Amino acid sequence: MAARAVAIARGAPGHVAAALVAAVILAPVAAVLWRAGGGGWPGPADWAALRFTLTQAALSALISVALAIPAARALARRRFAGRRLLITALGAPFILPVIVAVLGLLAVFGRGGLVNAGLDALGLPGIRIYGLHGVVLAHVFFNLPLATRIILQGWQSIPAERFRLAASLGMTPTDVMRHLEWPMLRAMLPGALMVIFAICLSSFAVALTLGGGPRATTVELAIYQAFRFDFDLGRAAVLASIQLALVTLAALAALRVTQAGGFGAGLDRSLRRFDAETPALRLLDAAVLLLVAAFLLTPMAAIVWRGGAALAGLPVAVWRAAAVSLGVAAASTVLTLALALPMALAALKRPWLEVVGLLGIAASPLVIGVGLFVLINPWADPTALALPVTALVNAVMALPFALRVMIPQLRDTVADFGRLADSLGMRARDRLRLVILPRLRRQIGFAAGLAAALSIGDLGVIALFADPDIATLPLQILRLMGAYRMDAAAGAGLLLLTLSLAVFWLLDQGGRADADA
Amino acid sequence: MLTLEAVEIRQGAFHLAADFSVETGARVAMIGPSGAGKSTLLDVIAGFLQPTAGRVLLDGLDITALPPAQRGCAIVFQDNNLLPHFTVAQNIGLGARPDLRLDRADRQRVAHAIERVGLTGFEARKPGQLSGGQQVRVALARVLVQRQPLVLLDEPFAALGPALKTEMLGLVDELMDETGATLLMVSHDPADARRIAPRTVLVADGRAEPPCDTGALLADPPPALRRYLGS
Repeated sequence: MAARAVAIARGAPGHVAAALVAAVILAPVAAVLWRAGGGGWPGPADWAALRFTLTQAALSALISVALAIPAARALARRRFAGRRLLITALGAPFILPVIVAVLGLLAVFGRGGLVNAGLDALGLPGIRIYGLHGVVLAHVFFNLPLATRIILQGWQSIPAERFRLAASLGMTPTDVMRHLEWPMLRAMLPGALMVIFAICLSSFAVALTLGGGPRATTVELAIYQAFRFDFDLGRAAVLASIQLALVTLAALAALRVTQAGGFGAGLDRSLRRFDAETPALRLLDAAVLLLVAAFLLTPMAAIVWRGGAALAGLPVAVWRAAAVSLGVAAASTVLTLALALPMALAALKRPWLEVVGLLGIAASPLVIGVGLFVLINPWADPTALALPVTALVNAVMALPFALRVMIPQLRDTVADFGRLADSLGMRARDRLRLVILPRLRRQIGFAAGLAAALSIGDLGVIALFADPDIATLPLQILRLMGAYRMDAAAGAGLLLLTLSLAVFWLLDQGGRADADA
Repeated sequence: MLTLEAVEIRQGAFHLAADFSVETGARVAMIGPSGAGKSTLLDVIAGFLQPTAGRVLLDGLDITALPPAQRGCAIVFQDNNLLPHFTVAQNIGLGARPDLRLDRADRQRVAHAIERVGLTGFEARKPGQLSGGQQVRVALARVLVQRQPLVLLDEPFAALGPALKTEMLGLVDELMDETGATLLMVSHDPADARRIAPRTVLVADGRAEPPCDTGALLADPPPALRRYLGS
């Protein structure tokens, strides 16, 4: 019976899509490896980039997780107005453009920023944000929320009865920590550390804006510099091979130690914790949450504040770049869905197809970018293809998330209604139109929102391929920053922030509207 | 006439044999302990499952290997009978045309079925806005529109309260009178069988017995049924 119910999934288009995705990822990788053969052995600067990449990723992971533990604990054991909103906001960095966050952090911690103004008023020496600590600061900004959500999930996986038992046995907060919370943390922390470490390995936009120089260059950034400034394709390929090995190893390690965890379903459950109802602990939790919220929200508020003033006088180039970005995002979103839907259908029968989709996580955008350049260069002018290539790479990067969102719902739909469709005699096309697409509306809307927001905020391949005449909005902001036009950059940053949140919201709502039961 | 000809179903340790016929227009209940294979046998008749051996015939035609929609049977499942994103009228319309491209005659049939099951005025509602009993009525209206010679019910009333269930059984009874279709109904409640099915198939101990008189069967249950009934 299962065989027939799943016959809904016609395999062929899904296999074509999977083959296409594999080709888009693996062909550039092969090109990189092939080209690296002539690139010689890595030099001292390359090893320094590797060391810096590992150092900053390790520090970012440790600090993010260390700060996330008290934050997650506070969220797990407190009930207050705005708790759900705060947890939802912790998911926002996923679609927050990196360049916008950097602008916000500069407005707070940068040379003319709030912190330095305060220090100056007190007669204290200022701080400099550029270098290792700036890179780590930005990574903590992005990954503290992620770590908090992961660890909060751990806290909520502890059955409520255990805490009630602890209360009835009269356990102190220390006892609860030792007997209930520490065992959970020991199981969760390696996964959280590894995931964030792996994410930070591919840091490009942050290193580009806050790092740089021989002492603060990541491998991704070194690829870009070898490519853009020295036009040393061989060296770029060698570095790309290093990056490929690094990320693949880290991704495999992360997969090994991570517990299954999705987008944080059911994180809004809260629990009365009798052991933690002392004034001191209440104060501690309140302070932790206020600090975390301030750390995350102040840079955003600063962007809105500074950018709002500059919005009216934005250069025409910014508006043009915004239009380009919207076009790229639209193409990337359509492409993501066109790949994800057939792959998800085919993955019902062949689960390994989802793994093909995951390849996009392991390969970094700059590695794929360099590989595509190597492949395209003999045939055509790569800069002329900058926008299509960006849309394609963005789609491949968004694909794993789209598949993650769609496959479970698809599986449920086939389980619930496959036999009904069979008994009514629906043909494959009718099933898709009448059963599958309507049942998957929410997931398709959410996946489209993710794909569009990720694409609109992406600063990766485009930096590699673009010539001065063409720019997406993030690249235009980078150029404004390079020209020290910080007010215009902040205005463009606010525009980008608004656009990425708006496209996500619109597409996600589009999937929810009129959705029944 | 529906004929199960030396049908055998094996799935791992599970085994079920059936060899009997059901007269056209008959109303037959299938009762027996859970896990005995009532629903599995229904799946074989409906075409969701291929028997390990044997043939299924409807009016002399071998339908064993035909896909579910071409076998001449309409089925109502325990749940998920209605697509939540479609209205009552659309859900019923699927019985007329599975691609939902209804012509005027189809729409008239749908309208008539809606009236017949007492859902006039509910055409534009969606399943989420209906009670459990109304949802069953929609599924029955679709069966009416499908006009198949064989109707299979896989415990669609299991979640309803006693009064509602009686009402639905009454409705099924009337609809079968009107259409003359053959009815095969899985149930775990002997009272259902007594209410509308003059004949009953007992499924127990790896065998589906030929249909026999429901009253006689329940009045003097064989050991397997007695164990199940607990009397």
